[in-house]
Amino acid sequence: MSTRDLFTLRNSHFRIGVGITAAILIVTAIAGFIVLPFAQPWVKFADVWDAICSAAGVPQRAAGVTAPEQGKRLSEVVLTSNTLARPSQEAIGRGATLAQRCAICHGPTGVSRADSPNLAGQYAAVIYKQLHDFRSGARTNAVMSPFAINLTDQEITDLSNYYAYLPRLPAYHPTPQLPKPNIVIYGAPMRGIAPCGACHGSLDNKTGSPWLEGQSEAYMKAQLHAFAAGERRNDISQQMRNIARAMTPQEIEAAAAYYASQPPDVVKAVD
Amino acid sequence: MLVNRKLILAHFWLAFAVFGIALTLGAWQMFIRSPIGTWLSNPELYYRSLTAHGTVMGYVFPTLVAMGFGYAISEAALQQRLVGVRWAWVGFWLIVAGSVMAVIPIALGRASVLYTFYPPLIGNVFYYLGVVLVVVGSWIWVALMSVNLRVWRRAHPGAPVPLAMFANVAGSYLWAWTAVGAALELLLQIIPVAAGLKSTIDAGLARVFFSWTLHAIVYFWLMPTYIAYYTIVPRAIGGRIYSDSMARISFILFLVVAMPIGMHHTFADPQVGAGFKFIHSAFTALVALPTLLTVFTICASVEIAARLRGGRGMFGWIRALPWDNPMMLALAFSFIMLGFGGAGGLINMSYQLDASIHNTQWITGHFHLIFGGAIVIMYFAIAYDLWPHLTGRELIDVRLIRTQLWLWFIGMIVTTFPWHWVGILGMPRRMAYFDFGDPAIAPQALSVTLSAIGGFILLASGIMFIVILARGMRTPKIDAGPYRFALAVHQPATVPVALNTHALWVALMIGLTLTNYGYPILNLALSSGTSVPAVYVGAQ
Repeated sequence: MSTRDLFTLRNSHFRIGVGITAAILIVTAIAGFIVLPFAQPWVKFADVWDAICSAAGVPQRAAGVTAPEQGKRLSEVVLTSNTLARPSQEAIGRGATLAQRCAICHGPTGVSRADSPNLAGQYAAVIYKQLHDFRSGARTNAVMSPFAINLTDQEITDLSNYYAYLPRLPAYHPTPQLPKPNIVIYGAPMRGIAPCGACHGSLDNKTGSPWLEGQSEAYMKAQLHAFAAGERRNDISQQMRNIARAMTPQEIEAAAAYYASQPPDVVKAVD
Repeated sequence: MLVNRKLILAHFWLAFAVFGIALTLGAWQMFIRSPIGTWLSNPELYYRSLTAHGTVMGYVFPTLVAMGFGYAISEAALQQRLVGVRWAWVGFWLIVAGSVMAVIPIALGRASVLYTFYPPLIGNVFYYLGVVLVVVGSWIWVALMSVNLRVWRRAHPGAPVPLAMFANVAGSYLWAWTAVGAALELLLQIIPVAAGLKSTIDAGLARVFFSWTLHAIVYFWLMPTYIAYYTIVPRAIGGRIYSDSMARISFILFLVVAMPIGMHHTFADPQVGAGFKFIHSAFTALVALPTLLTVFTICASVEIAARLRGGRGMFGWIRALPWDNPMMLALAFSFIMLGFGGAGGLINMSYQLDASIHNTQWITGHFHLIFGGAIVIMYFAIAYDLWPHLTGRELIDVRLIRTQLWLWFIGMIVTTFPWHWVGILGMPRRMAYFDFGDPAIAPQALSVTLSAIGGFILLASGIMFIVILARGMRTPKIDAGPYRFALAVHQPATVPVALNTHALWVALMIGLTLTNYGYPILNLALSSGTSVPAVYVGAQ
């Protein structure tokens, strides 16, 4: 009883076992790679080889679809659990000094009077990501880009920690709180839109997503339109672009007005 | 002949202890996302618990049961002392170390990635290293099973390998090869990212690697159950195995066709070609064959027992079965759950039907019914059957044992049937909470509540199981006699070499893995621009 007797055509178990296995493989391969591709009348193949390649999953460019633009910079920010962990008092102090140059737009207490984002108490990861994206050119803004372009990694981290450390304050001209529109509560499942709060803090916070309560209505509207038009493209995997594209102008209006009217102290804190 | 009882008992006790913890977490999860629990303010806690539940139930618990049972089979079936006891203890302690190492980051909320890893989610590196240690520990067992069989063969040239050991070694080879997929994913892809050496990962390739492991691992979990069907049940109810050859063919078929089918888990994944999905789907259909063979053989074996007990008639013999015997009860429950679960599985493996239940609660219902139901109930039966031989003490609570099995069966049905149902209605899986106040899903509140009640029945049954075993450690000493496995109606005097060795079937298993996975893996590994940024758990 040795393997020599086993792996030989004289052994009927070998013949039958290997034969049946190979036969099943060949039959299923012919069915999967040739018969079934051609059974789909809505797909056209140049020849049999084309069908086989398609069924095998060889990357092909579908006709009529333009290649994504390679020229534009993409966001390259990576956050690990240690990037912004436990800032020291000195780091926050350094951030406070650096933040003096931000105050002209973002306000001396981190609350803006100029339709710029309120940064006081914003999640550190958000400020960290946006500053990196402004610096790398993944996000551009005529006013903001020149400020970010010369920041070092350390300065970005310090600024993020400083603003995250500040208490959340109400906006300068709070409006009466509006009721929640449907797009905020439910999103629009049939269009692939999750409720805003699933990422933006009121239900859960997904890393890199800002809280929105009390932010400038004009700013939020402008950003949603920029996402929808593809002018702003530093969202990872097009998460925000896909959502903004599927939103109607009325929904953009309603969501921005709702969030602008909310006090920021209801936002979920980060652990 | 069970010599290394302490080794086997250590495996079983650790398995059942972690099972108890994970079962409690599972019941809590059912409760917290049902309408009877209040909303969890921090969904991260749910995913933390889910990761612990899956890691223990998927990797640690069944592996330990298979190992402990494997050592017992090796000694009892081959009638020889286990070779390499020291290595066996090394494997055990590696699993202990790995489990502890994996659980700490989970408990700290640093590894809430679920047991299926789901890159680009990346958790703490020690979680993955812990899982690797568990797998390495189990590979020691694989090697020991092979070595022990080899030692026996040398002493018994040409003799038929006892069925239990033949099946046990087949299961260990299946595990050794199927674990390679997840090992490649961990070592080549995830751990470098988790350790901070890279910051992007090819999530599509990782999913293909994991599908290599994910389906055949189910058959590894299933092996002890099937071994119990063939080699324990007929003896325990006073019958014989209907056919020894049929049993061997079933285990061989599992070895060959359990492996090249995992891509039915990636039906919705765009990175895998449709042709390969079809081949995997076709081979998945084939895997029903060994199960059908087993159901036939075991029913025939059970009928033999019934007729020996005086059963008559076309179906009248069913009444003559020893229904008060826990083993009979466990087998019947296991078969019923296997039947329903298997029918659900046929839906999952067919491309078109899968589209309606993919990623819904149906899937969670399905694998709980098959694994938690059909498989685990036989783990209980195996423990009950082996316990007196391991402890030298009698299990006296037979009525309690029957109640425990009944409760597990009822609990599993009550849990999983509504679970399947809400899946058909479209309820997604892996959700920390649902707003049952929303009119769109309010009608599903009743089904989810029922499911949660089933979860508590299961918890009660699980506690009873552990209590029965613990009380079995304190009853008066008895002589349980030698541990025996069931005999076939025609005990084989000689067995063809192909049915007495694994080489041919292992070769076919590896060959089919290469044909069915080779191109998709190479295609993804060699394509550029397929990686995405990692998403680190706990990064804020």
